[in-house]
Amino acid sequence: MGQTFAQKALARAAGLPQVAVGQIVTVKPAHLLTHDNTSAIVGKIDKDLAEFGLISQDLPIIVLDHVIPASDEKTATGHAKVRKFVEKYGVKNFFDIGEGICHQVVVEKGFARPGTILVGSDSHTCSYGAVGAFATGIDRTEAAALLLTGETWLKVPPTIKITLRGRFSKGVGAKDLVLRIIGDIGADGADYAAVEFHGEVANLSVEERFTVANMGVEMGAKIAVFPVDAHTIKYLKAAGVARSAYEPIWADKDATYVRELTYDLAQLQPVVACPHKVDNVKPVGDVAGKKIDQCLLGTCTNGRLSDLREAAAVLKGRRVSPKVRLLVLPASRGVYAAATKDGTLLTLAQAGGVVLPPGCGPCLGAHQGILAPGEACLSTSNRNFKGRMGCKDAEIYLASPATVAASALHGVITDPRKELAAGPRSRVARKPRRAVAASSRVGRPVAADLPVGRRAPKGRVASARRGRGRAAPKAAKPARKSARGKARR
Amino acid sequence: MRVWHYGDDINTDMLFPGKYTYTCATPDEIRPHLLEDLDAAFAKEVQAGDVIVAGRNFGCGSSREQPVVGLKAVGVAAIVAKGFARIFYRAAINQGLLLIECPEAVEAYKPGATIQIDAAGGTITVQASDAGATPSTFSFPRLPPEIMAICDAGGLLEYTRAKLRARKTA
Repeated sequence: MGQTFAQKALARAAGLPQVAVGQIVTVKPAHLLTHDNTSAIVGKIDKDLAEFGLISQDLPIIVLDHVIPASDEKTATGHAKVRKFVEKYGVKNFFDIGEGICHQVVVEKGFARPGTILVGSDSHTCSYGAVGAFATGIDRTEAAALLLTGETWLKVPPTIKITLRGRFSKGVGAKDLVLRIIGDIGADGADYAAVEFHGEVANLSVEERFTVANMGVEMGAKIAVFPVDAHTIKYLKAAGVARSAYEPIWADKDATYVRELTYDLAQLQPVVACPHKVDNVKPVGDVAGKKIDQCLLGTCTNGRLSDLREAAAVLKGRRVSPKVRLLVLPASRGVYAAATKDGTLLTLAQAGGVVLPPGCGPCLGAHQGILAPGEACLSTSNRNFKGRMGCKDAEIYLASPATVAASALHGVITDPRKELAAGPRSRVARKPRRAVAASSRVGRPVAADLPVGRRAPKGRVASARRGRGRAAPKAAKPARKSARGKARR
Repeated sequence: MRVWHYGDDINTDMLFPGKYTYTCATPDEIRPHLLEDLDAAFAKEVQAGDVIVAGRNFGCGSSREQPVVGLKAVGVAAIVAKGFARIFYRAAINQGLLLIECPEAVEAYKPGATIQIDAAGGTITVQASDAGATPSTFSFPRLPPEIMAICDAGGLLEYTRAKLRARKTA
């Protein structure tokens, strides 16, 4: 019988010929992502690390992004603790503040590879399904245990198959697609399940796939994954990952699914997720005219270059409503630099945008752009939960970058298709976009997307398999280190 | 024993607001903010042995584990729900907090009813407050043995330490 992506990926990771849905397997993830919460994670196992050592210097990827730059003494102390841990144990993959939002950094720097398992102490770890990785979120305690053992258990999930057809029409994008899916199946519609995307996925750029996979957790999914194709290979190559460094996995044609859905991208329209649940999705026309006080453009969901350009195309030469605060949050330093170089950030700033450092900022209500009681925010982020942006008496609406930009102009929720039809055409919008092999001539072409960050070091790229020797504290005696390494292999 | 009754899609922001995520990690720091944006009475009045009854998708959203750590620390005996979000479910296993997925028991529960849980036997009994009402007992699926071992050890870190010590001495 045919196997799903999840079955194949977990079988490979567990070293088994095949696995059944519901089976529990032990796996050693290629990487463990942690962020500002590393201080709390390490705090749980200070003594254990001293006794047993860190399992591998290459396993952890640590990105400081959630509250950056530190907002107060307490968060600064947390960051300092993370830097000390990195130094003491020689953690190889550490990215200090300003490098970007952890999920963007993981993909942009080539850590997420097709067919591998990644886990992270952040729910949006599922984003890496955009490049064909099996990636899922875990809690802090599990992350702590992984630092010590390098292994965890995973239950083989059932799979939902979503087939995509056609191309997005103008003013409609990946965010509208994923919100539409969540609205249709509900916030727990894919609970415990894997979600595979099939069909004309070539009509989605890797950046667009990132937006969709990122919100997999908002439908309850364990993973949300796309097949590896020419777009992925090109994207990864630009990220410094050679095609020889990974072996993609995809589902068999006769795999078994618990549910199958099909979406015609050309039929989609701009949508908005209304307070306080992500599955409270309505066509933009149903909420058009709703007054908003703040707009957030960016985050790990929609903070890539194509997203910022989409908003800039609407805002070029115009000014946002004086009653709206437009916050711009690029997903990484690479995105920030590229958007600076091509003038996108200048367009957004001249339109009235406030550019924030690449981090999580206002999305989780920790700092920057907290809402006041009675205010409403229209955001490109992934959650509109009550209290999410720091105030339980405020409202959050979720939409695409185009919808957020169009709405910022008027201070009320606005259908972006009207602005794209009427507004002055920008240089960015006029720039011809390279179309990829199209199965349909209708709709807009796929935007060129390439990772814009610093390329990964050649040494790391060249080796598909890396050493997993246990890393002892730097102060540890060499003899003890090697003995432990041997014992644990 | 008091039952705290909530609806569907209770997310982790409601259970523990994100604004405290990077400033509160210990049970003492977490406790005053438990369910802050959902039910202001909870943190003040919750007592050891209390039970939470909720609908579908309990614990959805952020992977933050403070809700689980906090609910375990204040002595919540169990959460009975129609369903749980998967990261929350794993977090509960890792802290040794009993989660019971039993939609029938949640449907049977009406405000004022009492709940009795037999964790070892895998049953939950709902007793309505009306005089003469007969109790309804439901069974719930137990965790697989390899996962129960984590709970039985007192949580994942205790389980991991025991495993590492055993390997070290082997």
